[in-house]
Amino acid sequence: MSETMPEETAEKTRLLVALAGQQNAGKSTLFNMLTGVKQHIANYPGVTVDKKSGSYREDKTFVEIVDLPGTYSLTSFSLEERVARKFLLDERPDVVVNVLDASNLRRGLYMTFQLLEMGYPVVVALNMMDVAARHGLDYDLSLLEQRLGVPVVPVVGRKGTGREALRKAIIARAQEQETVPATLNYGKLEEAVAEIQASLSACPEIVEIASARWLAVKLLEGDEGAEELIRKQRPDQTAVVTRAQDLAQAFEAIEDLTASDHIVTCRDHLAGDIETTCVTDHKKGKTPLSERIDRFLLNRWLAPLFLVLTVWVIYELSIVQGYELTKITWPALAWARNFIADLLPQAGFLNDPQVRAMGLWMVDSANTLLNYVPIFLILFALIAILEDSGYMARIAFILDRILHRFGLHGQSTLPFILAGVFAGGCAVPGVMSTKGIPDQRARLATILTVPFMNCLAKVPLYTLLINIYFVETKGLILFYLSTITVIAALLVAKLLSVSVLRGMETAPFVMELPHYHTPTFEGVLRRSVDRTWIYIKKVGTVVVAVAAVVYVLLQYPGLPEEHEAYYQQQAEVAIADFHKSLDGNKYAAVVADYDALVSLVNVYTSYKARKLNAQGKEASLAVDERFKDRYPDFYPFLKRSRDKEGRAAIRALKTLATTRKTLRREMKEERIVTSFLGQIGRGLEPVTQFANFDWKINVALLSSFAARESSVATLGVLFEQDEGENKTLEERMGNQQKEAGYTALMAVSIMLFFALYPPCLATTIMVRVQTHSYLWMSFSIVFPTILGLTVSSLVYSLGAALSFTGLEMMTATYFFLLGLLLLVAFSGRFFRGGALRPGSPGSGTVHSVS
Amino acid sequence: MVETLPDQGPGEQQGGQHRSQHRGQHRHRHGQSETAQGAAPFQSLNDIANNTSCRIRRLHTKGAIRQRLLDLGLVPGVAVTMIRCAPLADPLEVRIGDSFITLRRAEAAQIEVTDV
Ligand SMILES: Nc1nc2c(ncn2[C@@H]2O[C@H](COP(=O)(O)OP(=O)(O)O)[C@@H](O)[C@H]2O)c(=O)[nH]1
Ligand SMILES: [Mg+2]
Repeated sequence: MSETMPEETAEKTRLLVALAGQQNAGKSTLFNMLTGVKQHIANYPGVTVDKKSGSYREDKTFVEIVDLPGTYSLTSFSLEERVARKFLLDERPDVVVNVLDASNLRRGLYMTFQLLEMGYPVVVALNMMDVAARHGLDYDLSLLEQRLGVPVVPVVGRKGTGREALRKAIIARAQEQETVPATLNYGKLEEAVAEIQASLSACPEIVEIASARWLAVKLLEGDEGAEELIRKQRPDQTAVVTRAQDLAQAFEAIEDLTASDHIVTCRDHLAGDIETTCVTDHKKGKTPLSERIDRFLLNRWLAPLFLVLTVWVIYELSIVQGYELTKITWPALAWARNFIADLLPQAGFLNDPQVRAMGLWMVDSANTLLNYVPIFLILFALIAILEDSGYMARIAFILDRILHRFGLHGQSTLPFILAGVFAGGCAVPGVMSTKGIPDQRARLATILTVPFMNCLAKVPLYTLLINIYFVETKGLILFYLSTITVIAALLVAKLLSVSVLRGMETAPFVMELPHYHTPTFEGVLRRSVDRTWIYIKKVGTVVVAVAAVVYVLLQYPGLPEEHEAYYQQQAEVAIADFHKSLDGNKYAAVVADYDALVSLVNVYTSYKARKLNAQGKEASLAVDERFKDRYPDFYPFLKRSRDKEGRAAIRALKTLATTRKTLRREMKEERIVTSFLGQIGRGLEPVTQFANFDWKINVALLSSFAARESSVATLGVLFEQDEGENKTLEERMGNQQKEAGYTALMAVSIMLFFALYPPCLATTIMVRVQTHSYLWMSFSIVFPTILGLTVSSLVYSLGAALSFTGLEMMTATYFFLLGLLLLVAFSGRFFRGGALRPGSPGSGTVHSVS
Repeated sequence: MVETLPDQGPGEQQGGQHRSQHRGQHRHRHGQSETAQGAAPFQSLNDIANNTSCRIRRLHTKGAIRQRLLDLGLVPGVAVTMIRCAPLADPLEVRIGDSFITLRRAEAAQIEVTDV
């Protein structure tokens, strides 16, 4: 090619290096290998593709490395390619390290050719040499260097082999004064390429930003990005674009082959030729191990069996065993709560200091979420194993037909699994993992339906309601709930993709089935920790922030003054009674002043709580010992003794503590009833009455928007009772609800609403990040709310009208939706136009060859 | 590095007019497995039986879809072996060299192939 990159004569001390290559060629691994830990993840301006940059020092040179998004080529069709291309054109890196997968050279070379045509100083990092060796591939590296005209460095990213050589090659390449012009011959199109290239070379504005040869080829290929680039740089030179189109058409007329087909064929031929000459395949003609495995795993009849087995193993290990683990980790969280409680200012008799109340509220909110960490670690590790081993791609292969029928994509499998297809997951990583779905319509449909899955946080509310209303049919209801969400997600995905998503860009399901390989321990660990960390960050930021807001909404405007005074007076009476009954008691001196009394009541409450939590006689005795040590004066009020005066003291304190609890509960309840959130909940009653939600349920559902976990916590507060009675929330809710005339039917309507409820705040934020649109974020909130309310209202009203029981109505709803699902699945056969045809509907250009 | 490529590209004979006629027929009956005989406009990858090889002749698609197929090695002139179809009959799995690619029948039906 005729022109070269602008060169600096002085030795460069700062280098900008880009890592380019296909997805999974090992760019990120090499990036980590080269930079160590000094890296930084940002977004490319205006898009959601991660930009990872880092740096290192080699002798006197400061090298900045940017990990470009994985791309097969540099067309303008996909976002990743546009981002990579824009970076290369705008930032003009000093060296481009082209990462190639040594086990599949031919396909990797397409990109190498394009980089060379663009005129960049390229260093080829031939990665995965270990895999290549295992596949029986033998490289003639010097011949490869010679044929490509660039340095080729063999590396094994995973083991760090070749790190020094690669660093040296980068520096050496950057210091070379001249870029060796490299090109490939386009045979019968060569004349046309040369002509366009010549006219482009005449415009300095164009040559300055891109190689003329590359642009010429792109124009002949009909690349829109290239055409636009010329229109922008030289609006007066658009004739060259038209000329290229004419030449391409002329070529097609003569050769009966489109110019772009010819160009890719030339690239592929050359790549194939280089591969055959430089690589010896010692296992040629043999069936690869992966294929031999797939003969079983993808066997028509065995495949579904293996799939079900895999899903079962994941469920068993992560959810069932994970819950076991939380029993070990929970005490740590409880310990942390007590620790923080001790640091905070002590509780008052009736009203606690604001810092304490709010602090504990936040700790409790965070703890509920952190409790799931062990489950997520296991779940995400197992999913990483599925991904790294290559089986995840096979799951997509098996399920694509079903998912596609409902407007989704084979690659929607991973988001759904992460979000909790089989009870337990989190929509946040679920929505995040939709990144890889190439089909925009299916991707959005996935993003909008992933939150329907049963995330771990939905489970406590289900459990609560089931334990109240469906004690005998627990298993059945749980089964209904876990499958109904999948049915709903599929139906909604279909609905959306034929309505609001109708006009969106689609892409085919064309994907490589990677060779199986054994996942590495660190790889799995890292991915699992990374994804869990995202979840923890959610707890740390969004959830805590919203917990604070909900707290404020629940606490304010607070009690009217007269009521406050009334409670204070009641408290004074109780305290006076206490002192009276202790009159003459030798222990009375301990609590002579008010502060001491408050401390005593607090110590008593904490003593009772710890005694209750202590498991076994020994632990219980240890609690006694601790309190005896720490509060010797108060101890006679805590532990029953033979001492007559001590018994009297205990009795008096118990009465006082009970009165205090009752008063506090009444105040809390009144505060919530009159709180902002309570008012909102009440205000919504006219709308929610058809689903039979009263204001308490409304408040719980509203607060669950912060994080689903909150729903149960809020209900816990709303249905609070004297702690002395120690009734479970199930009992409390059951009693109050039954008094109010609520039934299992209402439980069904709540659970259905909860299943269809909009994503929690953290998820909607992730929806915003992934769709890059506030509109879709709002849609993801509004649509499910309307849907959920409609379904719940219909189910409740119909059930009430037909006097169905909760179970009957649940069964009826389930089979209705299942029927609808089957109808949609099979009716597709008669009008599958929109479903099967990519680029449809209404796209008449699918087959046209220009 | 200057490579001289073989002169003839793949997919030489068919005329443009001829093709568009096929297009119409094809759309009309798309999604069905096309049999080799009968009114089939061209033999597509969708018609290839398991464990049979063929050579890609032309891609009857454009834009992003075409690019995606090309990126994964479904390039005119390349030999492809049909491996299997998924348990629910769609998508398909094919082998190109040492890589295994999966694609839906809808796309396969737009890839014109010849016997090797
Ligand atoms: N066997 C082997 N695996 C590697 C090598 N380099 C990277 N990998 C693995 O290949 C996968 C993809 O690597 P990654 O760096 O994420 O690729 P990227 O998509 O190009 O960023 C990861 O599972 C890596 O552990 C290598 O040299 N040998
Ligand atoms: Mg990467």
